[in-house]
Amino acid sequence: MDLASIYRAEYGRCVATLTRLLGDINLAEEAVQDAFTTALQKWQIPPPNPGAWIVTTARNRAVDRLRRESTREARHAQALLLHHPDEPREVGPVRDDQLRLIFTCCHPALAPDARTALTLRLLGGLDVPEIARAYLVQEATVAQRIVRAKKKIRDAGIPYRVPAEHELPDRLPPVLAVLYLMFNEGYAATAGPLIRTDLCGEAIRLARELATLMPDEPEVLGLLALLLLTEARRPARLDPNGELVLLADQDRSLWNRSLIAEGHGLVRRCLRRNRPGPYQIQAAISAVHTDGATTDWPQVLALYDQLHALAPTPVVALNRAVAVAEVHGPAVALAALEDVDLPGYHRLPATRAELLARLGRDDEARAAYDQAAALATNETERAYLQKRRTELTREWRAS
Amino acid sequence: MKQYLLSVHFVEGAPTPSDEETQTMFRETGRINDDMQAAGAWVFGGGLTSPDSATVVRVDNGTATMSDGPFAETKEHIAGFWVIKCADLDAALAWAERCAAACGPVEVRPFDDLSQA
Repeated sequence: MDLASIYRAEYGRCVATLTRLLGDINLAEEAVQDAFTTALQKWQIPPPNPGAWIVTTARNRAVDRLRRESTREARHAQALLLHHPDEPREVGPVRDDQLRLIFTCCHPALAPDARTALTLRLLGGLDVPEIARAYLVQEATVAQRIVRAKKKIRDAGIPYRVPAEHELPDRLPPVLAVLYLMFNEGYAATAGPLIRTDLCGEAIRLARELATLMPDEPEVLGLLALLLLTEARRPARLDPNGELVLLADQDRSLWNRSLIAEGHGLVRRCLRRNRPGPYQIQAAISAVHTDGATTDWPQVLALYDQLHALAPTPVVALNRAVAVAEVHGPAVALAALEDVDLPGYHRLPATRAELLARLGRDDEARAAYDQAAALATNETERAYLQKRRTELTREWRAS
Repeated sequence: MKQYLLSVHFVEGAPTPSDEETQTMFRETGRINDDMQAAGAWVFGGGLTSPDSATVVRVDNGTATMSDGPFAETKEHIAGFWVIKCADLDAALAWAERCAAACGPVEVRPFDDLSQA
């Protein structure tokens, strides 16, 4: 393994462990970066346990640094670092530390934008330019968000701990939301290439960690299953010309069978607990789509009804309408969309356009495609919508 | 331990609470104060008179001037506050939740490190 992949895989774990040891995120980051710089100079080949090497080196660096500083706090912190009687000499990254850090980064007292940026930085090891590119914001904005969030964690005393069981219903959703957001931005990027495999991979890696750390939380398993089942279809999502292929038209032989098997297993495992939540139901919908040669639409619609009862958001209503169209026809689906309000979201007019086209209302469909294309921020999606518009005169292909 | 200011705000033009609502608020606030003291979180707290009883003192070139009215020209004014000490923000937020249920929105603001040595 090269140093870059080791960095990506170990950075978050090492920062998490050092944050526990030092009680300070900034010091932890500096120490871990120092240790990676040392590794760059010293490693001919990486040691068998690179994470443990980095943590030990970072810890020694931190002790050196604290020795040079002579404040009371520094001496106190140094004493704590030197006297850890229970710990083995070689300190390996501890997974619980990452869990603590995820909950710290996603604390509800931090702004949602800051939560995502901080999670990508501290747990994913992405640098500021990478995060800025992912969310189409200025690097300075990202840098400022991260600095502010770290300052608030320190000044306000946001604890570095996993919330107690009774607090989880409030505290887990922002964590899951951050990972879901990260994945979605990777799967349908706001701009640039449609798919950003690095972000998808990072979100899945962190969701896997979370599922290992919290195997009893069905929504965590549900989220992981949802991400895996969505990722499994990725190879079929663009044709060789880079054009978007809708689910119904995808070459299913390109889907990743092992991810599908893993996702189905997780869906069964979490649904057995009978505590359905939005991520589990969305995962179940994905499981139906990836089960067999065609989609069982009545089952998908039943699941959307359940999801809508639990989370009556406009996006759920929009997705439900797609299933309604397959089961009850486009006219009923169009009526179901009447009250849906999603200003600026291209998928609403895009869906209306498809339904209008199926009803033979071509002029209205063209206008809706134009509206959707104008709102789409991703070039691949816009090209798809424009193509659909020009195809209107041709015969409708069932999807 | 960290110290936090939990402040409650009075908004000009907001409907005045009924006597009954005021009584309930006072009763619940009293209960929160007792519980804070019992838990060792209480440092200080109290309600303030209306902003029209405020005076601003300024010193320019060694000369003090006074003016009638609150410092900030806003519709929202601090109406009361608690200063509490807690292990971390989560503990402060738990108190704030009770205070907010009794008195309306509460701002939680940590004291800086120098003030709480």
